[in-house]
Amino acid sequence: MAMIGRKRLDSYASRVRWARFAIVVALVVVLEVYGRRFADPAFLQPPSEVVRAWLFTVIPDARITSALGLTVFQIACAYVLSVVFGAIIGLAIGSTTLARRGFFPLVLLLYAIPQVSLIPLFVLMFGLGPAAKIAFGFSHGIFPVIVAVVGGMSNVPAHFVRGARSMGASRLDIIRHVVFPNMVPSFFVGLRLAMTLTLLGVILAELYVSTAGIGYFTRVFAENYNPAPLFALIASLAAIALVFNECVRVAERRLSRMQRSMQGN
Amino acid sequence: MSRSTTFSARLIQLGFIAVFGAAWYWSTTTGSVSKLFLPEPAAVWLAFSRLVTTGQFWSAVRVTLATIAQAYVIALVAGILAGYLVSRSRFLTDVLEPIIAGLFTIPITLFFPMFILFFGIGTGSKIAYGATYAFFPIALNTIASFANVEAHFLRAARSMGASRWDTFRHVLVPSALPVLLNGMRIGFFICFAAVLGGETLSSVAGVGRNIALAAELMEPARMYAWIAFVVLTAITLNLLLSSFEARASAKGGGAWQ
Repeated sequence: MAMIGRKRLDSYASRVRWARFAIVVALVVVLEVYGRRFADPAFLQPPSEVVRAWLFTVIPDARITSALGLTVFQIACAYVLSVVFGAIIGLAIGSTTLARRGFFPLVLLLYAIPQVSLIPLFVLMFGLGPAAKIAFGFSHGIFPVIVAVVGGMSNVPAHFVRGARSMGASRLDIIRHVVFPNMVPSFFVGLRLAMTLTLLGVILAELYVSTAGIGYFTRVFAENYNPAPLFALIASLAAIALVFNECVRVAERRLSRMQRSMQGN
Repeated sequence: MSRSTTFSARLIQLGFIAVFGAAWYWSTTTGSVSKLFLPEPAAVWLAFSRLVTTGQFWSAVRVTLATIAQAYVIALVAGILAGYLVSRSRFLTDVLEPIIAGLFTIPITLFFPMFILFFGIGTGSKIAYGATYAFFPIALNTIASFANVEAHFLRAARSMGASRWDTFRHVLVPSALPVLLNGMRIGFFICFAAVLGGETLSSVAGVGRNIALAAELMEPARMYAWIAFVVLTAITLNLLLSSFEARASAKGGGAWQ
């Protein structure tokens, strides 16, 4: 019985996977046919042309590849800074009730500001180089980390804390053995959101600064009605974003497995 | 939470704002920060009060509001419709939900140059960009809200002889509404930020364009005045919405009890 159930589940899962694959393939085919037959080549190029442009325009151009490399570096820097400072600030705010009640609303208020309106300010302060982009990515990424840490620390069930205290746990013990483990799932959600927002911040700043880096090339390609290399460049960035997101997912899976095995001991 | 904690918390918040304001005032009057980065509070206030009396200000605000409204309506209709249709079949949900969620982890900002290419630098590209950005959270939350309606609710309604419309109206919609509304709220703020961002990146009119223009013309006081306007608007909207939500959830709780 169990075998049959499992088999049926497997066949359903594979059907889902095949359907998903078919949709992606169909989309590429439709774009290819539409791009070849009907579209104005100044606005839309078929995927095959985009791949060609990627191979012969984007990859051989050292200026573009170095701009892409710089973007990767900026995203990594901004993300690490967001996580480190977000965790520190989150721990400080979440450690006492008073700090949480006092500072957390301020953090939420800042988080709610549409930060795009601050791009010109960041460029004015940090210049056109990587510093402005890292700072802007950081200003996006830090908030979800703070919110996740404070949220995870504050929603510890009260009877856990009471139980630990009645068994003679010190304040530090409670933080280490009760608050931290309880915080982990929420923290991971924060880490994932922080990656999404860091990517957003860095790329927004890259596009805003149109005199150098990625923003320069997207502007040149768009202004020259040269969509194939533009799409190729955008696809490269999308691939970078996907890789970063996947890294966070893998790290999350590994860390939560580690945490579970530690709790088991 | 005791009353004294609330009082101390308010005190902390006021203190923080006071320190922030004092630091701003002090750093600009002593000249330790260039006026180009950070003009004096008085200069920003002057620029702000001058700004709101100009017709240019109101026309920019009108352009931005109209863009946001159009983008949001498109995203609402498309997102809720697509989400609802997908949620009607478990197979479709399993196939499409991960695709939509996966696409949403890529910053759609990346595709902004394509929107400019397709729709030009007028408001059309900002409407399309804002609508696309807001579509994702609205569609995802719609799928989540309708796909997770408890099966026994539906079975109970049907066994009591509810028609399809009755089930939709009295079971499906009320139980989906909280998540659905959450998606609409997220979608709205994303739409707001996307339109502003699109205007800042590349446009000819609107609030975002004016922020970028003030920066390009090296008029920091004006730029800060515009930013202050955006920040105050966002905060007001947030407070309004959260108080509205608090009232709505209080009412909802009373209805079934």
